Parts: sequence; structure tokens; C-alpha cells
Amino acid sequence: MPAPEQHRLIFRHIDEPGYSTDLACYLRSGGYEVLRKSVRRRPEELVDEVKKSGLRGRGGAGFPCGVKWTLLDRKSGKPIYLIVNADESEPGTFKDRYIIHRDPHQLVEGIMITCFANRVERTFIYIRGEFPEGAKILETAIAEARAANFVGPNVLGTGYGCEIYLHRGAGAYICGEETGLIESLEGKRPYPRIKPPYFPAVLGLYQCPTIVNNVETICHVKHIADMGGDAFSKIGTPNNTGTRILCVSGHVRRPGYYEFDVGKLTMGQLLNEVCGGPLAGRKFKAVIPGGASAKVLRFGERYKGRRKVGAEMLEYDWGVEDIPMDFDSLAMVGSMGGSGGVIVMDDSVSMVEALGNINAFYSHESCGQCTPCREGSLWMKKITARMAHGGARPEDGTLLKSVADQIAGRTICAFGEACAWPTQSFVAKFGDEFAEYGRQKGRPRSDSEPELV
Amino acid sequence: MNLTPETLRKIDEVIPHYPVKRSAVLPLLHFVQEEQGYICDEAIEWIAARLEIQPINVYELVTFYPMLRRKPVGRRHIRVCRTLSCALMGGYRTCAEFQSQFNTGLGGVSPDGEVTVEFVECLASCGTAPVVMIDDRLHEHVDPARARALSQEIKAAAPAAGAR
Repeated sequence: MPAPEQHRLIFRHIDEPGYSTDLACYLRSGGYEVLRKSVRRRPEELVDEVKKSGLRGRGGAGFPCGVKWTLLDRKSGKPIYLIVNADESEPGTFKDRYIIHRDPHQLVEGIMITCFANRVERTFIYIRGEFPEGAKILETAIAEARAANFVGPNVLGTGYGCEIYLHRGAGAYICGEETGLIESLEGKRPYPRIKPPYFPAVLGLYQCPTIVNNVETICHVKHIADMGGDAFSKIGTPNNTGTRILCVSGHVRRPGYYEFDVGKLTMGQLLNEVCGGPLAGRKFKAVIPGGASAKVLRFGERYKGRRKVGAEMLEYDWGVEDIPMDFDSLAMVGSMGGSGGVIVMDDSVSMVEALGNINAFYSHESCGQCTPCREGSLWMKKITARMAHGGARPEDGTLLKSVADQIAGRTICAFGEACAWPTQSFVAKFGDEFAEYGRQKGRPRSDSEPELV
Repeated sequence: MNLTPETLRKIDEVIPHYPVKRSAVLPLLHFVQEEQGYICDEAIEWIAARLEIQPINVYELVTFYPMLRRKPVGRRHIRVCRTLSCALMGGYRTCAEFQSQFNTGLGGVSPDGEVTVEFVECLASCGTAPVVMIDDRLHEHVDPARARALSQEIKAAAPAAGAR
């Protein structure tokens, strides 16, 4: 079956010749019209539209956005904050970069609709420190929008006021975790908070009710307010609605960003047709479907079970190529849709060395608050580095698994799982390669193959 | 502390963005580092006093965040992405090329004072791997040949920048 056409909702203008980041250009493309319409509606209606839309968060967890908004404590009398998570740091993910750098006003409009719907009067965009150019572009966009009365004390003459402030991070992955982000924004070390009781919807920024949404999620809110929740819910597949940006990197002919109806495209269509297949003379070996922390999938393995399609339960028997790219299907095969970052590895890659690369990342980025994660991520890195540099032992796979198994589920935040899942899945699926690597005491390096660790 | 009026203006402007002063500590650290190149002891104490917090509350952030540093870097700061997608496309070779071009190791200042070469974690541009940030600017598809060309540009610009 040929791959469906891309459906560019968020990325509609991203590659348009002549499209620029300034307000005049955005207004020419119908910009801020949805905000104009939205501020004339009741805020509750907008929340209802988002609930009806079935929009799931695009940052990684896939939590229903409307439910998140409904959980807000609106009776406390405390101010409600919105934090836009622009700390895009999950390896393999680069969608928010293009929204911020090429269509910043779309984000600003989405923010203002979200704020109006939730009666937010102060918003922070937490942008990662490594986007200095993006920060300047966003600051300019916010200033332009403020001068045109789309942001500020009296939005479009309605009497409703809301300010947007930009807050730059400083290179820490853990700030993408929502409670770590909140601590960072409060001026502290970004140690994640324990839930309960610190659910941001109740006890978030400055102990006030807070919404934390990803950049892409916020942009979808604009389109939901535009077309209505019902229409949005008809895009994609049930429970996996709307469009989604998939970021493909690694060993394919055409890496890049692609936007499709969620679940209407399979992994095989994405990699072989949209991305042009493997590099010359190579075969796909493995793919990480949703950012580095998602469990790896091995080409050639089969996934069998029963799934609900409409009212029926149907058998499925999928290879990696057959998996629909939606939250639920990727969860069924034991991985996740995560942040939409698809990292492809071909048969030139040693899985031991690829894991070594990932482990170095998590070891560097563990915040150090919880012992199992701080120590475990470091040991997994040390073991895979030793293996890659000539000191591999046959029992290393078992050792790695035992370390990983002692992290997941024993930490305050999901970083524990994020750092354990790669090791658990690489060892489970490529156990033969880890054992062989151990017997060979590593493999001789050759210049034709990439160094990863 | 000798900060320029421009930096002081930015500091005065950013603090009221937050209902709690302490929140401004990260922006202040950025402003000071942008002007002075690194965070010295005096800066830590000055920021703490400005925000009415203890110096330890500033220091603990400087030691936590990878982008904040206690020592100056070279005239140009080369940050090569180390993480998986870039590494799969040859990021390690790119980094080695920069190091050999400036005869320097990772993290320190090159002997001529020109550059600091660093490996950093994912820069979120995996589709155009390998990527490198030179100062604030992102460079895409930086293979060793491109790394050599970029190095030549940096070397050529050195006298104009008032070589030491």
C-alpha cells in the first residue's frame, strides 16, 4: 500500500518560499484570526473543544491535553500559570526547533488561546539554552504580538490580559521533565518533584495550579479552536487524533520532519517510501521509534496479539514495517510513540556501541537526585564503554540487564525508566550480539564504520 | 562588579517578569556569562545579593547546568553534538577534525587561545546530522571536510578580531 500524503497542519508554512517569522507575514496567512474568534467565545467552550478533540500531548507521555486542563485546581483562588515546554532535548526529536525558528507566531497564537481558555494571566516559555537564535526569534515575535495587542494587558480590546515571558534553560535534559522544569523556573536545581502531591495542575509553579504543555501540543490547540474539536477528532485514528510530526534521523536516505495523520502511516511506509529506504548497500537493522528513551525495535521480529478495532477485537501479526505510527500501536509492541523522534540504524551499526552512546547521554543527564538512577546510569555507561574499548566480557549483557532492572520504577521521575529502557531492550533483543561481542572482546575497528562511543 | 549599562538594564528588566525574585537567577547568570565569558566568585556573590538569596543558591546552579562555566573559553566556542543521531552520521570524526585543526583536547582552550572544542549532548537537529554550534550559530551536515572549512574561516578571522 502506498504511503498516504503528508497532512501539514502545524508545518503548513514551514517550507513555503518567502514565508518569514515576522508578524506581517503571519497576518497575511490568516494569522491571529483564530485568536480573534476565540476571545469572543466562553473559555469553557474552548476547553470543551480540546477535550472533544482527543488531542494527546506531543512531548512524550501522550497524556490527553483536555484531561490535563480539566485537572486544574480552579477553586484555590491562586493564579493559574501556563508553562510552554520548549526544552526539546529528547535525542532524535527536532520538531519544536522548526516551529520556533520558522513559525513563532503560530506558537504565540496557540499560547494565547490556551491562556484565554484557562484564564491564565502569566505564561513562561521554557526554551532550552542551546536555542539562542530561537530565543531571539521568539522574543521578537512576542514583542510584535504585544505591540499589536494580541498579547498584553488588554488582548484585542476584551479587557482580558496575559503576558508571555521567555525563560532560557542552560543545557540540562532533566528540565524537560515538567516538575524539574518548574524547579528550574523557580531558580533552583531542577530536581523533579514527587507525585503525589506535586501534580502541576494543583501544586505547580510557586505552588500554584500550572499547565505544562509541549510546543507542538500548544500549536494543535490553535487548529482545534479553528476547526472545532469534533473535526479534529476525525483526523487520524480513534484515540490517536490529529496530525503528528515525525522526526526521522540516522541511516535513511531522506531524514527530516514529516507530518501525517496519526496512525495512518506504518513504520515501513515512513522509512521506505517517505524517507527513501536504507543507504546504498545497507539494510535496516533497528529503529528507536519515539526518542532515545523508547525501547528499540529489531527488524525481523514479529509482534502478535489482539487489538480493538472499532467494537471488534482483531488478531494482529506485525513486523516492524507494519506497525502504525500511533501512540497505542507502538505501546502494544512494547515501545512508545514518545516525542516522535525516529532514529534508524542499519547493519553497519554495532548495537553494543549504539547503546554505549545512549548510556553516555543518560549518565551525563541524570540529575543525581535518586541513587538508583545516578549510580545505575553511570555504571551502564561504564560497562558499555569498557565493552566498546576492548574489554568486553561474555557476561556483560546479563550484568547490564541487572543494573537496568534495578532503576526502573525506583525513582522520583520517569528518567529512571528512560535510562533503563534502552539497556533493557537492546540486551533483550540483541542478546546474541552482546554475547558475541563479549566472546570477541569487542570488535576490531575499521575506518568504514562510524565510531559511536 | 563592572557590568555594562546594557547588561544592568537587561537585569532590571527581567527580574519583574517573575513573582518571586529567585526565579531570575538563571537569566542573570546568562547575562553575566554573556558579558564576562564565565561566572567568577564575585559574580556569584553579586547575583545572590541582587536577588536576596544566599551565594550557595547561585553556586549550586553554576555547578549543575552544563552551559554555565567557571572558566573562560577560547575566542570561539565550538560545540559538537555527541548524541546518537549525530554519532551515526560521523559526529565523532567531526569532533576529532576540529581538535586536530586547533591542536587541542576536549574542553580546554586551544594553545593559540582561539577556540574551545567541546562535545555536547543532543542539539535537537538530528535530521541534519552531524551538527555543530559555533558560538550561537548552528551548522548542519558538518562532515570532516566541512569542519576543516569552518576551522579555516575561524583561523582567517583571528587577526581581524585582534589576535592575542
